[in-house]
Amino acid sequence: MSPDSKKTFRLDGREIPFREGQTVFDAAMAAGVYIPHLCHNPDFEPHSSCRLCTVIVNGRPFASCTQPAVAGQDVRSDTPELNEMRRDLTDMLLVEGNHYCPACEKSGSCRLQATAYALGLQDSHFPQLFPHRDVDASHPDIILDRDRCILCGLCVRISRSVDKKNVFTMTGRGIATTIVVDSPSGLLADSKVSRDDEAVQHCPVGALMMKGEAFKVPIGQRPYDRAPINEDSVARFRAREAALHG
Amino acid sequence: MASKRKIATCSLAGCFGCHMSLLDIDERLLELLELADFDRSPINDIKAIHGVVDIGLIEGGVCNVENVHLLHHFRDHCRILVAVGECAMTGGIPSMRNHHSLKSCLEESYIRGVGVENAHIPDDPELPLLLNKVYPLHEVVRVDYYVPGCPPSADALWHVLSALVTGRDPHLPPALLKYD
Ligand code: SF4
Ligand code: SF4
Ligand code: FES
Repeated sequence: MSPDSKKTFRLDGREIPFREGQTVFDAAMAAGVYIPHLCHNPDFEPHSSCRLCTVIVNGRPFASCTQPAVAGQDVRSDTPELNEMRRDLTDMLLVEGNHYCPACEKSGSCRLQATAYALGLQDSHFPQLFPHRDVDASHPDIILDRDRCILCGLCVRISRSVDKKNVFTMTGRGIATTIVVDSPSGLLADSKVSRDDEAVQHCPVGALMMKGEAFKVPIGQRPYDRAPINEDSVARFRAREAALHG
Repeated sequence: MASKRKIATCSLAGCFGCHMSLLDIDERLLELLELADFDRSPINDIKAIHGVVDIGLIEGGVCNVENVHLLHHFRDHCRILVAVGECAMTGGIPSMRNHHSLKSCLEESYIRGVGVENAHIPDDPELPLLLNKVYPLHEVVRVDYYVPGCPPSADALWHVLSALVTGRDPHLPPALLKYD
């Protein structure tokens, strides 16, 4: 144990150790405490847009995926109010796109769906938006179905900083925001994207997918059919933490 | 236990898959019949609710005028209204037509469709008028509870139904909460 790891903050009354520079989110997950999240993937830089991971730090709300851990902080996460807000955010993400889970190839490995399950979203309070969005099936290997995009920005970040290709970006404002592709025609087929790009491997939903692979793992045997996302995420996070820091 | 509960069911823009799932509760149907009687339902072919029932189960979204009337009939006569299945909860597969105009949907089916003879859009007054879009139930009336799934599993339906009949909390445990 490094001396740093003796520093702790309090999360829902439990002492959580952290290393200098770690976020509240990373330290909590490494300690086995699940915080619901969608736009964050610990392998890539966070950008705190979905707000699902919001926690109360010393009385004020912060996105835990970008909030640095500080010794002695009082953090609340698993509260009825925060879980209600997370359920509403998830419900809003579902109604503002076109999510037909019964007909979706991603069902069972989708983080949005699995997060809604983990939050116990058993009802629907908002009107369905039924927006008109374009599907880009021009590429031989990759499909971009904007109906299911939750604008988490992961493909944008990964294409920029890992693949160094800048294939994806966002355009528009507010409810009209959409993912666009950098190519003369605006289509994936004319862009620099390729099937090995990291950017096309980490979409949390069924928006960016590889063609011909959707049903390789049958429904019923998919990651979140086997374990709920809270258990699955914590297990992955701990394995990752152990591999990186021992 | 006091007097038996009354349950009514109907299908709007659905495929009867949710009703099939209800029948899939198998021998638990007998247990249910100890606690409740079926009023209006395709299961017994009674056409209208008489008086007030305790629980109304509705499968399917709202796609035509007849659906609107039946939904209001249920809301007016059911103490607790339950949206059963994805179509009732979100519009579901039938609401995929919402991305096209009603006109182009009808033309695709009855004019341009493969193998269409005597092409014309049916206009018999017997046919219920279609709405411009397919709506989930809660956009038309107040809904009390939901059972997601396409269809909800027999276990999920039994969990919610037995809870409502006996006055327990109808929230599904994580293992029974599914949208597909
Ligand atoms: S992307 Fe996820 S939430 Fe959306 S339809 Fe597919 S499985 Fe459902
Ligand atoms: S396509 Fe997928 S990864 Fe990209 S912003 Fe949309 S949801 Fe996120
Ligand atoms: S996971 Fe932190 S804001 Fe999305």
